[in-house]
Amino acid sequence: MEFPEGLKYSREHEWVLVEDRIATVGITAYAQQELGDIVYVELPEVGEKLAKDDPFGAVESVKAVSDIYAPVSGAVVEVNHTLPDNPETINEDPYGDGWIIKVEMSDMEDLRGLMDAEEYAEYVEHQGEKGGETGEGEEGEE
Amino acid sequence: MRFTPHTPSDKEQMLRAIGVREVEDLFDHIPQSLRARAEIALPPGLSELEVRRRMASLAARNGSAEDWHFFLGAGSYSHFIPSTVDAVISRSEFSTSYTPYQPEVSQGTLQAVYEFQTLICQLTGMEVANAGLYDGASAAAEAVLMARRLQEGRSRVLVSRALHPQYRSVIATYLRNLEDVQLVEIPFEPKGGGTDVEHLLREINERVMCVVVGYPNFFGVIEELAPIQAACARHGALLVAVTTEALSLALLKPPGAWGADIAVGEGQSLGIPTSLGGPGFGFFACRRKFVRSMPGRLVGETVDTEGRRGFVLTLSTREQHIRREKATSNICTNQSLCTLAATVFMATLGRGGMRRLAEINGARAHGARDRLVKEAGLGATFSGAFFNEFVLQVKGLARRLSRLAAEKIVPGSPLVRWYPELHDSLLICVTEMNQGEEIERLVQAFSRE
Amino acid sequence: MSKHSPGSDRRGLSLAPSLIFEGGSPGRTGFFWPEESDRGEEEIPPHLLRDDIPGFPELGELEVLRHFTRLSHLNFAIERQFYPLGSCTMKYNPKVNEAVARLPGFALLHPLAPPELIQGALELLYGLERMLAEVSGMEQVTLQPAAGAQGELTGLMIIRAYLAGQGNPRRKVIVPDTAHGTNPASSALCGYEVIQISSNHRGMIEAAKVQEVMDEEVAALMITNPNTLGIFEQEIQAIAGVVHEKGGLLYMDGANLNALMGIAKPGDMGVDVLHINLHKTFSTPHGGGGPGAGPVGVKGFLGDYLPIPHIVKRDGGFELREDCPRSVGRVRSFFGNFGILVRAYAYILALGSDGLGEASRMALLNANYMRKRLEGHFHLPYAEPCMHECVFSDRLQQKHGVHTLDMAKRLLDYSFHPPTIYFPLVVPGAIMIEPTETESRETLDAFADAMITIAREAGEDPALVKGAPHSTPVGRLDEARAARKPVLRWEPSADLRRAPFGSEPQGRRQVESLRSKPSKG
Repeated sequence: MEFPEGLKYSREHEWVLVEDRIATVGITAYAQQELGDIVYVELPEVGEKLAKDDPFGAVESVKAVSDIYAPVSGAVVEVNHTLPDNPETINEDPYGDGWIIKVEMSDMEDLRGLMDAEEYAEYVEHQGEKGGETGEGEEGEE
Repeated sequence: MRFTPHTPSDKEQMLRAIGVREVEDLFDHIPQSLRARAEIALPPGLSELEVRRRMASLAARNGSAEDWHFFLGAGSYSHFIPSTVDAVISRSEFSTSYTPYQPEVSQGTLQAVYEFQTLICQLTGMEVANAGLYDGASAAAEAVLMARRLQEGRSRVLVSRALHPQYRSVIATYLRNLEDVQLVEIPFEPKGGGTDVEHLLREINERVMCVVVGYPNFFGVIEELAPIQAACARHGALLVAVTTEALSLALLKPPGAWGADIAVGEGQSLGIPTSLGGPGFGFFACRRKFVRSMPGRLVGETVDTEGRRGFVLTLSTREQHIRREKATSNICTNQSLCTLAATVFMATLGRGGMRRLAEINGARAHGARDRLVKEAGLGATFSGAFFNEFVLQVKGLARRLSRLAAEKIVPGSPLVRWYPELHDSLLICVTEMNQGEEIERLVQAFSRE
Repeated sequence: MSKHSPGSDRRGLSLAPSLIFEGGSPGRTGFFWPEESDRGEEEIPPHLLRDDIPGFPELGELEVLRHFTRLSHLNFAIERQFYPLGSCTMKYNPKVNEAVARLPGFALLHPLAPPELIQGALELLYGLERMLAEVSGMEQVTLQPAAGAQGELTGLMIIRAYLAGQGNPRRKVIVPDTAHGTNPASSALCGYEVIQISSNHRGMIEAAKVQEVMDEEVAALMITNPNTLGIFEQEIQAIAGVVHEKGGLLYMDGANLNALMGIAKPGDMGVDVLHINLHKTFSTPHGGGGPGAGPVGVKGFLGDYLPIPHIVKRDGGFELREDCPRSVGRVRSFFGNFGILVRAYAYILALGSDGLGEASRMALLNANYMRKRLEGHFHLPYAEPCMHECVFSDRLQQKHGVHTLDMAKRLLDYSFHPPTIYFPLVVPGAIMIEPTETESRETLDAFADAMITIAREAGEDPALVKGAPHSTPVGRLDEARAARKPVLRWEPSADLRRAPFGSEPQGRRQVESLRSKPSKG
């Protein structure tokens, strides 16, 4: 599984690519694999102000839904308009065409709390039997 | 009766395989204090014959439409049910199957629901419909909850007082524990019997999330939805049309054609007996753009590994088993066997038959009302157009009701119970099941003072 | 659309089914009624009428029956296959219940008929309330909720109303990590915040853990007992104590009541509010997804809060009372799912106290036997005694790349409905098996044999399992596609096989004849 070097990673499995003050955000290869085939993406509005660690959208597969959390604070300047019609792009190219939003950062210090590729790879290895995030329950009818 | 197949030999073999001596050993880890008090103080079981006899004697103590003349509607309607319906829903492949979570072995159920969803869309004139909800009342409540999700920031709900009283009650119950919603009642117009549009126009503003009206309403009056829809559109409020008599939509301009945003109601009229008010099903249809916010189950079309068409439950991430506390609803059923009954009913009657049956209802009801007003001298309460229910003024209502009861006639529902100002008003329902002779007797009975 | 025209799949007896909209012929119907003569002078104003119902099917009666009969052949059902679905209690649905529910004296009752005309029905409802109270050890019951989830919502509303009456409705509800998804969903609908607590390594909730989060802002703790692992919550009485001590209430999800009848009563465990699933414990049919019923039982001090109407016994008869100022109100129109209540009543009459006790005992026997047979072949996450259901996982098969989902699909090839999978969430790859008491030892053995075979296949021929099912009417369905581009209804395609209604001369005549008065002919 790939965790590109030039990116920063959050504990909630988002990646961040920073160019000047603009942060491009997406979810990692690990996250998309855990979710399975992605069927829908809930996107924020351009202009929305995000605080670090706030949920700003959601990624849905057939059997699960996962909130996406802002790894950095700032204002949303762009959202990936191809995703509503082609959510599977996130599965196919999570670090490239599968980017989700671009944020104009309000505080560069936010990057400090994030991991680099090596740290993230180790973090993912320890995820192991964490379970419970996906809700694939097909339980009894009530 | 027992339905457990275990012989003493079975039990012995199984206990030995498990490694215990007796069945009681399987729960000796339950605290003794609980086990000591667990005995069920009910009579011992009965044989099948005894059960049938007991149930028959309970049934015999009721007055049903079989031996009484009912002119009752008010949210539960007596209609003809073709024998195809029971023939299909009695099939154990439908009645004893489970929720179609394993679609490969549930295509029967799933396809039938897909057909149902389509029929409801066609009947209501809306773009999408779900697989069904508990009943019309809870469907109305779910519609308001959906409006709340879609209209963040808005806090008011306008509900017509002419909507079925029990539906208003259920909506109030569902909303009671939510702090950010205010229910505002819009009175009805005493001459026509429809929602007081003037009053509505005064109350509606940008804080209103939705407007809820009956169509037809509780008095049987067919509401003029055009001005109401226009007001909603001007203020960005959603129009919710609630239909308790689903058959009416085979004849009346459907909610979708009026520009309703959400159309809900009760489907019992479509192939399900009145059965003391349940089970039935609620239907829920709305604009396509709201689909991800809809409550309840949805069946969608797809293909299998070899390109064959198939059907699956879809958009499940809205539902409780995945979204848990963020679910669009807590519902975990779709009243499937009831919606199947309705699907068979609508398939049997079809395009021509549905229309025909609705027209017969309209004709019978209008004919009966004419005679009751002209020959029996009852007063017309509301001037609004109606389908198969109408309200008439009956002097000395209580006394006359008991006299009619002696003739085994229940001529309608007195409205004073829900609308104290409408004392001596009777809500009368006439369907195709009320034969000419029956109506004759009703007119005669009312003609005699 | 066009590649799915009827008959395109040439598999003899098992033709690919068409939709009701894809067959038939304009003007065809299964409905016939003698000509009507009465017409009112007033008619409905034309601007309130619709033209037509475009797209509605036009089939003859035989076509209708054939269509739905063919569909029925594509379904699994209890009367064809074993359904060991955990927490669903797929027991036999007795036919006698179907017969009695159809009696006209029940089916043709109108809910607004005067109470004198429905005394038999009220006696049945009152009797059922008493029966359910006795079995569960609760004191008063409402039969109004239409399903378990609605029962939960009602139960929480009762709790909230009671606490509001005490001065503070409170803000939070504690829900275990093994709870059914409706538990937190219902809590949220009631305006409560959900606090989740974890079960311990033995699969149970500890009173000490509850103590840590219990305070005067917690309205209730929702517990399922036995829980969704099939394990009896040993500390339930202590948990009740902790909750009660801070003025909160204990809610029990009664989905697993089939494990307890005649063995232990929830009312004795400190439970204040309980919902029961009649379509689980009390044999009413699942119907492919409902209708069911979710009665709620409460302790006496909560009786005033039950939904209206209350059924009251008086002077040798039964009355309905609606002026109950403390009631939470109505959750459903009329009385509830009466037709389902009739079936449950007949079932309890048939089984009686002895039969109900035997049902739970045999449910436990079957589940424990199943567990013994599968132990060693599948990973058992908890060593605790199980009651009426047991939970395994796919851990032993994962090394071959085979997962729970694959094995579930492979079971279909052996003509078994799979158990509940991926629930409860605390067991990754969970396989929850509830045989119920109405299954014979031979059926249990056949199922266990199939499971063991699949475990072996997972090692020897994983592709076979991963590609399953191979023998069902359709293969694995593309659920991702269904969710990405939802197609939720049929619509006429561009290449219409049938001309629209009214465009053919025959069709037009039909429209006219429907609209005209009989005198015009």
